[in-house]
Amino acid sequence: MSKSNQVLEEITSKEYEHGWTVNLETDEAPKGLNEDIVRFISAKKNEPEWLLEWRLKAFRQWQKMVEPKWPNVTYPAINYQDIIYYSAPKQKVKPNSLSEVDPELIKTFEKLGISLTEQKRLTGVAVDAVIDSISVATTFKEKLSELGVIFCSFSEAVKEHPELIKKYLGSVVPMNDNYFAALNSAVFSDGSFCYIPKGVRCPMELSTYFRINAANTGQFERTLIVADEGSYVSYLEGCTAPMRDENQLHAAVVELYTMKGAEIKYSTVQNWYPGDKNGKGGIYNFVTKRGLCAGDHSKISWTQVETGSAITWKYPSCVLKGDYSVGEFYSVAVTNNYQQADTGTKMIHIGKNTRSRIVSKGISAGKSQNSYRGQVHVMKRATNARNHSQCDSLLMGDQCGAHTFPYIDVENNSARIEHEATTSKIGEDQIFYCLQRGIDEESAVALIVNGYAKEVLNQLPMEFAVEAQKLLALTLEGSVG
Amino acid sequence: MSTSIARDLTTEIIEAQPTFNVGTELRNEAWTQFKKLGLPGTKHEEYRFTPVTRHLEKKFNLSKSNPDSNLSSVADYLIPDLDANVVVLVNGRFNALLSKVVSLESEITITTLSEALLNNTVARAHFNKYVTNESDAFAVWNSAAWQEGVFIHVPENTSVNKPVFILQLNDASTEQVVTQTRILGVLEKGATVSVIEKSDSIGNEVVFHNFAEEWVIKEEAHLEYCKIQNDAGKICQVSNSVIHQTTSSKLNTFTLTLNGQLIRNNLHILIDGENCESHFYGLYLLNGNTLADNHTVVDHKKPNSFSNEMYKGVMDGNSKGVFNGKIFVRPHAQKTNAFQSNRNIIISDNATVNTKPQLEIWADDVKCSHGCTSGQLDEEALFYLRSRGISETNAKAMLLYAFAAEVLQPIQNETLKSYLDQLIADRLQKNF
Repeated sequence: MSKSNQVLEEITSKEYEHGWTVNLETDEAPKGLNEDIVRFISAKKNEPEWLLEWRLKAFRQWQKMVEPKWPNVTYPAINYQDIIYYSAPKQKVKPNSLSEVDPELIKTFEKLGISLTEQKRLTGVAVDAVIDSISVATTFKEKLSELGVIFCSFSEAVKEHPELIKKYLGSVVPMNDNYFAALNSAVFSDGSFCYIPKGVRCPMELSTYFRINAANTGQFERTLIVADEGSYVSYLEGCTAPMRDENQLHAAVVELYTMKGAEIKYSTVQNWYPGDKNGKGGIYNFVTKRGLCAGDHSKISWTQVETGSAITWKYPSCVLKGDYSVGEFYSVAVTNNYQQADTGTKMIHIGKNTRSRIVSKGISAGKSQNSYRGQVHVMKRATNARNHSQCDSLLMGDQCGAHTFPYIDVENNSARIEHEATTSKIGEDQIFYCLQRGIDEESAVALIVNGYAKEVLNQLPMEFAVEAQKLLALTLEGSVG
Repeated sequence: MSTSIARDLTTEIIEAQPTFNVGTELRNEAWTQFKKLGLPGTKHEEYRFTPVTRHLEKKFNLSKSNPDSNLSSVADYLIPDLDANVVVLVNGRFNALLSKVVSLESEITITTLSEALLNNTVARAHFNKYVTNESDAFAVWNSAAWQEGVFIHVPENTSVNKPVFILQLNDASTEQVVTQTRILGVLEKGATVSVIEKSDSIGNEVVFHNFAEEWVIKEEAHLEYCKIQNDAGKICQVSNSVIHQTTSSKLNTFTLTLNGQLIRNNLHILIDGENCESHFYGLYLLNGNTLADNHTVVDHKKPNSFSNEMYKGVMDGNSKGVFNGKIFVRPHAQKTNAFQSNRNIIISDNATVNTKPQLEIWADDVKCSHGCTSGQLDEEALFYLRSRGISETNAKAMLLYAFAAEVLQPIQNETLKSYLDQLIADRLQKNF
């Protein structure tokens, strides 16, 4: 096992590849949080009165709430007064094309390998790039607008489609849903808004790249996707963040709303800075994600590959309200060094004949703790509800932990609920089998881990699947326990 | 219910604490701890679905003492044809007249706990060492306020031929009864014993039974343990069982819950030695307004052990089945194999199931799995039986019986097995 230990050492000591900072002239709010800051953010963004009121209401509720202590993670107390709640890249005029965008910014994207121009030409993916909480460039907008698809930054949507925002903002995740959602509701900086009109099948995958860029900036994104009757959209969210010593708080809210016969597929690859190998620094990722299947025959599918963040705390959920609606959750969560992840899903069956499926694959290495926490709740009128959950954990090394907390609450006798979970390590016989056939140990582990996570990776759109596989390989190749 | 009600009730209990002359020091420690913990409100994660505190608050006067009982025979509550050592506790007091010990004194020591704590060194060495003070508020309350208990000690390399039958009766024919009883059992190296614990109540008044037990199974010892909860009275029972296993010991437990208003069982198995084997099975067949809550914990602290858990439930009427199974595998408990399964069938429209199988693993070279299902009877199996001329009622009963009877497997004693089998068959026939 000495060779494998050596490989493990090598891989786990690898420095974070995307770790660098770009000096952008930022326009920052003073540190701290009070009603004036909320007003400042709102004023900065030229928001209408009703939105400011909404923010203030959320802020007042947040003040009355207490930080949740139930997740299976530990971290030093967050000082909410020591965070800068707003920072925006300076822009004199709003750019109409890429050439007008800050060249520093373009460089940032190039380093990340998501050159806007190239993506525009080659991949056909519309990218709504978010740097430090502000949307600076949106591509393919015209093409989408021909179909009536609205895909823009949240602040733009507030100005141009206030009736939609008014109607759907907070309809899935109420402002006082939980501590971090309330905080987000009060101070959210920007995000994406997407509306797919009746019967439209969005021709391309919509994608947003998030990046946290200025020091001491909490990032409070807000995403709202509304799929009207019979429409379809696939949405990608991916994150990388520069190296930072101080912990950064990321409390995003994502709301999905599907009407009759509509479908939203939401995929995430999360690779925030996880902290160094001694557990110093790293992002706190406390996210509220929820989808509402409001109409009959609607469908929401979450796919996530979580490799980054010092602490991950998120539960993409589906509220299956419409009859025959379907919720899916596919997740691969990898933790290494001192990372902690408490992630899972909630499937709330309200409508008749609703179905849900959960596939969760946890991989923990180093000294990390990886938890699956999920709930399947079948309400009284959810006749013939069906759920299958499967959560597997893979342990690498004898100092990490894998935990499973599934809650199953059934109030209807026609429901069929199945849950299974296993915990194991990579079998020595599996490694041996590969070695015998001339595959070296490192490739063997990559092969086995990829096979283990395949069920989830298969759900990702092409571009993401490649990135996700690379991420998995980067963190785990050769880590035989 | 708000936390403040739980708080108020806790204070009320502490203020009304009775005085005891045995184990005063330990009791005082427990009172302090109880004050700190407080009774669990509905916000308490472990009591989310089980409102014991509210039940106590609404239906009991906790400062009242228990009535006397003039019970003269326990024949109705015994297991027919079971040749056993019988220990009877009535309203939290040991009843020597109704008890009988048939095994030799060299085979087994059976005494009251208060007596044992005065003059038995083994009892003094082990008492209150396992029901830890950080744990459940009810267990701590029991440590502070236990009225009487039973001490069982099996010496080295002794196999007790006849099982020990512990019958706990609550005579609530005149007024409410609140009992706090306790068992301490120590099995020395290589000892073997089978224990059956059964509780029943008499009369129509409310009963609250707060029960705690500690079992110590030393090297190569073997404990068979069966708990029967078939109390048709208005009973609310909280039972805390802690079983401590050391190297190469073996444990078989079976918990059958058929009746009661509110039943909460905490079964905590500590595997503190290598090569241990633990099987714990449970069956809850519920109807009416019964709420049965089984919380089990198996804590693997040492390597190379095996645990296997299977709990099954059938819910009818307005009943609620709650299950929480925790498997902990501590760091260094390598080569642990731990399995858990919880299966539920809901028969009626108003019954519910809340289940939470939980795995917490800190060691990498382990095989652990859990499975959990909730569903109905298989339509096809039902159709198969019906197409062969079996009535719907009978077909359902047959399928349910087949589902339930599987958990009886580990029981060795034939008399006990057939008694339990009959209880299950009667229940399923009667209701479905």
